[in-house]
Amino acid sequence: MTYRLRAIAFNTFREAVRDRILYNLVFFALLLVATAPLLGQISIGVQRVLLINLSLTAISIFGIVISIFVGISLVSKEIEKRTLYPVLCRPVGRGEFIVGKYFGLAGTLFVNTAAMSAGFYMALLLMTHNFTRADANILLAIYFLLLQFLVIIGLALLFSSFSSPLLSALFALSMFVAGTFAMDLRTFAAMSQGPEKWLARAMSYIVPNLASLNVITRVAHDQIIPPALVAYNTLYAVLYAAATLAGAVIIFSRRDLK
Amino acid sequence: MNRRSTALAAGIIVACVTGSFLALSRIHAVYPASPMDDVLFISSPEFVKKASLGYSGLLADIYWIRVVQYFGRKHLRDSKEYKALAPLLDITTTLDPNLVIAYEWGSTFLDQPPPSGAGDDAAAVELIRKGIRNNPNDWHLYFTLGFIQYLGQHDYIGAAQTFEDGSKVPNAHPWLKVMAAKMLSDAGNPETARYMWQNIYNESTDKNLKENAALHLACLVVDQEVPQLESLVAQFRRRAGRNPVSWRELSALGLRSIPRDPTGLPYVLRTDGTVVVADAKKLPFIHAGNPG
Repeated sequence: MTYRLRAIAFNTFREAVRDRILYNLVFFALLLVATAPLLGQISIGVQRVLLINLSLTAISIFGIVISIFVGISLVSKEIEKRTLYPVLCRPVGRGEFIVGKYFGLAGTLFVNTAAMSAGFYMALLLMTHNFTRADANILLAIYFLLLQFLVIIGLALLFSSFSSPLLSALFALSMFVAGTFAMDLRTFAAMSQGPEKWLARAMSYIVPNLASLNVITRVAHDQIIPPALVAYNTLYAVLYAAATLAGAVIIFSRRDLK
Repeated sequence: MNRRSTALAAGIIVACVTGSFLALSRIHAVYPASPMDDVLFISSPEFVKKASLGYSGLLADIYWIRVVQYFGRKHLRDSKEYKALAPLLDITTTLDPNLVIAYEWGSTFLDQPPPSGAGDDAAAVELIRKGIRNNPNDWHLYFTLGFIQYLGQHDYIGAAQTFEDGSKVPNAHPWLKVMAAKMLSDAGNPETARYMWQNIYNESTDKNLKENAALHLACLVVDQEVPQLESLVAQFRRRAGRNPVSWRELSALGLRSIPRDPTGLPYVLRTDGTVVVADAKKLPFIHAGNPG
């Protein structure tokens, strides 16, 4: 089973590279190289903060866009091109196919994020001429972004397992936007009464809590991220992604592919 | 498509794009864009924060750049009005409550009298108090508040209290304690102001802050030198029964050379006996010697 999963994951990664997804890295590198010297010219005192915010936001947005738009096409493209059938004719379960695809895209995003992070650290070194202890803290924010991507890929796969690519993209994007308001939904639930209260509370648990996975501004100001938050965020993201993946596996296993 | 057709199409594209640029430049000449300096498309800081989808840090930086550009543009035009400055700063600091530089510089922009700033002490104090609420352990903010209360509002008791509060913050600079004492004992003395600006100059690592402190120190020198020179002129008038027509006439009273202001330009001796600086724009914070 491990071998089959690895084979599907590796092929998904290779396919993503062939689709020139990693081209965004070139754009990202150019963006940073062009921006870094400009920052000092047009502002006062925020060069480092701005570089961190800009780079991590770019990593996040690129990653989320790739998670959603590649994630929704992972299954639909295989069905459309009829390449899914030869795979499923072999001793490969539908569940293995979905999980393998998930890990393949997760691997692509890991490589993508690692390369962007290396570019960011180079730009930071160019600007500050040396690294400080606080710069290592930024890795935690990048780690949280990776957790965000794991959640979003799971959602994209879940939606694409039962709906069209267009609707899947719409659902996944909506869940991303709603996820940034998860904290507000809890506040809304606390302020409401009756059925609205329970509805808002239920929604706050259903949508992914992406707000706590975004600590970009905090690390930009060298604020310490509590180890408990790292542990709980990891646990939450892994459980949420596993739940969406399990849902995708169940739906895809029952789907009529004729 | 053969090579000739491709070349023709490329030529048409180049010609059309060039033509459209030229047409656009003519349109701009006859139909200039209305000034948008004071326009805020979205005025609610909370809405902007929600709409940022969690990327409020980057948006705050963009708003801060807009503040700096807005202030710089207005400042260059010697503008007397900075309508959008306080709302822009409010949005910036709501998006990123820990952006200390925006409180420090923003309050200075708001506090300084026009055309050097908006001349709005109340807005400056409100902004810096918001900064202290969000960053209670940053002594620089207490210093900036005390500074505005002292020099902007002449509220020496309030300034003493603020410097005292700031001195209790962990890692606060020791001279906050000194400033608190000076506010109560010697606030009206120019030496107190000089002490403060000298400390800002010594402690600042930011180039702009250092330059600003140096400029204030230079203005304090002018504030001290002009009355001294005018006193010499008065002495001459008492002796000669008229005003001196040149600095040389004051050599008998101990003036050895033509006096120069800190920018290197000679002071101007007017026919009515008053002494002014040659270029007041280079010394925007002077109280004495301003040609008006």
